Amino acid sequence: MYSLEIINSGLLTTIQDCGRYGYQKYGVPVSGAMDKYSLRLANVLAGNKECEACIEVTFGGLKIKFNEDCIIAITGGNLLPKINGKEVSMWTSLKINKNDTLEFCRLISGLRSYISFCGGLDLPDVLNSKSTDLKSKIGGLNGRKLVKGDKIKINNSSLIKVTKYPIEKYIPKYKNEITLNIILGPQNHLFKNSSIVKFLNSKYEVTNESDRMGYRLSGAELEHLQGADIISDGVSYGAVQVPGNGQPIIMMSDSQTTGGYAKIAYVASCDFHLLAQAKPNDKITFKEITLEDAHFKYIKMEKALKSIKKMIDCDNGIHEYKITVNKKQYQVKVEEIDM
Amino acid sequence: MNGCGYMYNQFKYLTAGDKAIIIEVGDSINEKINRVIISLEKEINNSFNDELLEVIPTYRSIMIQYNPVKITYMELLNKLKSIETNLKITENKTNKVIVIPVVYGGEYGPDIGNVAQYNNLSIKDVIKIHSSTKYLIYMLGFTAGFPYLGGLDKRIHTPRLERPRIKIEAGSIGIANNQTGIYPVDSPGGWQIIGKTPLKIFNQNSENPFLLEPGKYIRFKPISERRFLQLKIEEEGV
Repeated sequence: MYSLEIINSGLLTTIQDCGRYGYQKYGVPVSGAMDKYSLRLANVLAGNKECEACIEVTFGGLKIKFNEDCIIAITGGNLLPKINGKEVSMWTSLKINKNDTLEFCRLISGLRSYISFCGGLDLPDVLNSKSTDLKSKIGGLNGRKLVKGDKIKINNSSLIKVTKYPIEKYIPKYKNEITLNIILGPQNHLFKNSSIVKFLNSKYEVTNESDRMGYRLSGAELEHLQGADIISDGVSYGAVQVPGNGQPIIMMSDSQTTGGYAKIAYVASCDFHLLAQAKPNDKITFKEITLEDAHFKYIKMEKALKSIKKMIDCDNGIHEYKITVNKKQYQVKVEEIDM
Repeated sequence: MNGCGYMYNQFKYLTAGDKAIIIEVGDSINEKINRVIISLEKEINNSFNDELLEVIPTYRSIMIQYNPVKITYMELLNKLKSIETNLKITENKTNKVIVIPVVYGGEYGPDIGNVAQYNNLSIKDVIKIHSSTKYLIYMLGFTAGFPYLGGLDKRIHTPRLERPRIKIEAGSIGIANNQTGIYPVDSPGGWQIIGKTPLKIFNQNSENPFLLEPGKYIRFKPISERRFLQLKIEEEGV
């Protein structure tokens, strides 16, 4: 028995979670949702664990038909989601009935939507993650993007209440022009000073040659002191590397684990969700912040997510406790059930 | 620690965003620096719990990905510096060499003729040279399980193909300039393909999905086509 069927796959629809950690030293990209903030909120709203696997929809065009009742939540970029042809709210839980169709019609703002399914998707873990890694051909559904006719099962679970929560101030606004906070390094010393100034005072455009691996930008040319090549070192999401042509590339979820171009800066983690929703032709400016500031903003965001999760869990009678038994810490989830 | 050629007297600690530090120990690719990296990796992995997400060794540096909710930057930096001060370099057990059986030439290595011709050698010489050295695995990258190996003999250095192939099959052994490597999954590529191994160097369904690891050595062993096919059947478990 399956729960949903892909009627139209759209341009790029994949299964993603918070990413595949623990295997970068073996060359395995982290993958995972481009916009992990939206993925985590979708899961929280659907009553799941924060990092449960979701469907990541890019640009739109996806159409799903449901084969059973379930509860879902849609977050991220607004791709005009409609259920049975009627526009529905994002950033809230939604009740789905058997035979309903869910469709993403066109791009309104942002670039990617996330659909979380209460109970999670019944797919195998590959190297501890359900994320699709298109290059290594692992994870998700057979290591590939979803195609017409794919059938997926949702895990059984007690369904949560469908409630609208007051989370407006946590919903990002996606604009065509964004400012991203950055932290200089690890190789800013390999660039001309005038190029660092240029980098921080110019507008860059996201080009069409942008995908889950990286965003190629175009704008003011950045000059290295002695060439772009370094002895390859570790690289990860948010790294701004600059090859010989002086045009920056921001590494994204499917980034290779090592790279041989000098990296002028890293985007601050608190802005990853804005970066992930940037689309071709959008404009980016970079603003330098200190590492302390970046940590402060990141921790604040993590705390906000935790409190939203606590509020929703509490409403559904789910309480989490940390208990210590024989000096070992355990996280325990207690659920109220109707007898 | 004593300074030595190309190794810094003091490691450099570079900021790679708000979730990673890169420790650079030197400015060249050599086995001595690799030993320091591998020793450092071990020591770091033994010194932390869930504060770190991942530790990724590369040629002459190591990337430490951390969770800023669990540890502050200063705490992490101080701890890493104290690891540097007390670091003992563990010797590499070179007797532990991973043997990779390879069928050279023919349909398995269509470019071996290019390599021979470019270097004025016979195909037999190319096989002999390629399979008579042991190679250090400096790091893995590019795709899951792809090894960056050091130590390719100068006599068989060959430039990449002018026109890259759209698909190179998993297990293919290639040469690109001064590098040699194994393709773990089917992928496009421009390396001169000289042979193929029946071993799966990346197997997602195995308990140990990766055959290779940074800091270990491998050696290529020429085998016959018949042996290749036998091993292939064993490997596939049919």
